[in-house]
Amino acid sequence: MSNHSIALTAHKDYRGSKLGIWLFLITEITLFGGMFLLYSIYRSEYPQDFHHAAAELNTLVGTVNTLILLTSSLTMALSIAATHHGNRKLALIMLAITVLCGAGFMVNKYFEWGAKFHHHIYPGSEYLLAHPKGEVLFFGLYFTMTGIHGIHVLVGMVLLTVMFIRILGQPNSKVAFVAGHGLGEIEGCRMAFVDASDRVVWKGDEVDGSVQRIDVKTKFWPVKQRFKVADFNQLENSGLYWHIVDIIWIFLFPLFYLIT
Amino acid sequence: MSDHAAPVRKPVHHGTVPNAADVSFYDFKGRWSGIYSWIFSTDHKRIGIMYLALQVGFFLIGMALGFLIRLELIAPGKTIVTAQTYNAIFTMHGVIMVFLFVVPGLSASLGNFLLPIMIGAKDVQFPRVNLFSWWLFLCGAILAVLSFTTGSGPPDTGWTFYAPYSIRTGTNVTMAAMAVFVLGFSSILTGLNFVTTVHRMRAPGMTFFRMPLFVWALYSTAWLQVVATPVIGITLVLIMVERAFGIGVFDPVKGGDPILYQHLFWIYSHPAVYIMILPALGAISDIIAVHTRRTIFGYGFIAMSSVAIALFGSVVWAHHMFVSGQSLVANFVFSLLTMIVAIPSAIKVFNWVATLYKGSIQLETPMLYALAFIFLFMIGGFTGMMLGVLSVDVHVHDTYFVVGHFHYVIFGGLGFSLFGALHHWYPKMFGRMYHQVPSKIAWFLAFVGFNTLYLPMFIMGWEGMPRRYYDYLPEYQTWHVVSTVGSWILIAGLLLMFGNLLRSLKTGKPCHELDPWGGGRTLEWTVPSPPPLENFDTIPHITHGPYDPDVPEHK
Repeated sequence: MSNHSIALTAHKDYRGSKLGIWLFLITEITLFGGMFLLYSIYRSEYPQDFHHAAAELNTLVGTVNTLILLTSSLTMALSIAATHHGNRKLALIMLAITVLCGAGFMVNKYFEWGAKFHHHIYPGSEYLLAHPKGEVLFFGLYFTMTGIHGIHVLVGMVLLTVMFIRILGQPNSKVAFVAGHGLGEIEGCRMAFVDASDRVVWKGDEVDGSVQRIDVKTKFWPVKQRFKVADFNQLENSGLYWHIVDIIWIFLFPLFYLIT
Repeated sequence: MSDHAAPVRKPVHHGTVPNAADVSFYDFKGRWSGIYSWIFSTDHKRIGIMYLALQVGFFLIGMALGFLIRLELIAPGKTIVTAQTYNAIFTMHGVIMVFLFVVPGLSASLGNFLLPIMIGAKDVQFPRVNLFSWWLFLCGAILAVLSFTTGSGPPDTGWTFYAPYSIRTGTNVTMAAMAVFVLGFSSILTGLNFVTTVHRMRAPGMTFFRMPLFVWALYSTAWLQVVATPVIGITLVLIMVERAFGIGVFDPVKGGDPILYQHLFWIYSHPAVYIMILPALGAISDIIAVHTRRTIFGYGFIAMSSVAIALFGSVVWAHHMFVSGQSLVANFVFSLLTMIVAIPSAIKVFNWVATLYKGSIQLETPMLYALAFIFLFMIGGFTGMMLGVLSVDVHVHDTYFVVGHFHYVIFGGLGFSLFGALHHWYPKMFGRMYHQVPSKIAWFLAFVGFNTLYLPMFIMGWEGMPRRYYDYLPEYQTWHVVSTVGSWILIAGLLLMFGNLLRSLKTGKPCHELDPWGGGRTLEWTVPSPPPLENFDTIPHITHGPYDPDVPEHK
């Protein structure tokens, strides 16, 4: 048996994770694609009913929600851009606005659905079933598609909140380095930090036989130059998710609100 | 590739590993021990084996249900169960076999174990996602079992959950659909992981055309998993929403169209057939290359035919619906496209046969399974062609002919390939060799039993015996009896096979050679059996094709 050192490695590949998130976005598109397929078929089957049913929807609420989501996409992009420039404060503010926009969207949605329920328009209601078949289908699709979209918005908000907390915790991050191997070789030596001009910045005690391991813990507060694009890979990937949710809404809005 | 984007390898400092490269992944002492060292492990090899354990477990349950189906059908009228129970049994058999055994199939179990090793990587791209996807698989499996045992009775719709019956039946369809949705998500994550792994983690020099054919097949499959699976996800969500709230999209009473359900269902479920069979085809290529001691014939064609099958297989779904009343134009187009899929499938078969030609064929157990596979897959394929012909399909649609066809393709194809692959890579996975004599007897029983069980189905189907029927006319009884007897032989063979493989885990001869077969040229035969935690001590540099000999032969 040879004396190999520890061979465990962590694999970090930012391009790879970006590829992964794009593949995931494909699955989102095919997921909604199935429902858009149903929509287009039923709309071509019942064009008149869809026209009448769409008139029931509140275009104003829809427009406001579209504006809210578009704004959130902008702030999302600004937040990522801010991290690229090392501006943590701005990144956090923009991220917070994005999450709040998502919340605003959901509140609007709540009142919109509530109003529909108040007028006895919900799947399976007797009032709705008395209407032509196309209108039943329109509202069936409306509640399903905006409902599933709403779930996606909620997931996105959770994701971005996690990102917010992560970035908030970023500057104080501790890096602990533990070496327990090959201590014998440095026994009797002293540990020192030396800067570029060979000046000793810090010097430790002598490493004698009683030393079991050496921990070097550093606290650092990143300055502008220390921000790396790669550090915010997760934020970028979450941003991509947020954008796809927005884009789906951009299709839902005209198809349900504006076709009348 | 720009610098900042290059993969970064950082040392990790947990776990006590004195000699990580010398210790097999079983003996590696990580943060967890006991069962936790498995269920919390992000090691692709452990995850692969955990998938395998679940799959084999569910296969045995599915097999028991199949046994009951055949037993019930040994005579007309009621034999052992009531009609409602019978409906539940064939639904459970279908759901378990399709979603818990063949869809994860070779890809989740052996694929997870072998893919990183075959491309010279230490793990998959997203090890934690890999573990998560196994947990999703477990959750889906639990939900499926709950849907059979709780609520208002097990679903009785067949594994296809066809609307409008699935939205009206009082049985536990919602939970079963939820189970399939979760299993689908697990499958998507595996696919996503494999595509990224193949793109990002190949060893230096491992170009796409130096990848083993099993990897090509897994790669094509992974794309199908990513692109097609969400469609069944949303379709089953719609079934659930329909059952809960009555939105009406598949309910003819409210203006919905059940045929659309069939379209959406098959847009996934036909590609799913290729999700099942493609890795099987890939594994067969590797098995044949090793056991004929030859470079595989037509490497590029086999690799590209996997991609072609994935592409064409995605656009043939409506051939399941020739008698559903869809337009004649659609029927013609889908019939033609179905014929086209046969071309890449046949390319594979021709190349395998050409590889056998003048090869030094070693009739080891894996090779026996591979040869049986070619035979069964051809029968399955040709009957598939017959079903793709419009006039024939109208005659035999929804008869036992279809049942015989897909059991030949899926069980004879994927099943036998999986068994062959298990026997082929068993020494690599477990560091022991199974007992040879029982494994060959088991193969013989399985092969004979299989044909006795499923060949009569073609005859019955041709004569008009409808599928899923509880009762039948006495004229069909002879063939039903033959078929049932076949099921006993098959089950005897399968039990012997699984029993032998399980027993060999303890009693098999230790086998730590790098290449127990003596003909392996792909990368998994260059690492110890079983492999160390990170597969490779140093990442290999690849300089030649996967089946080329290391040293050029001089004559």
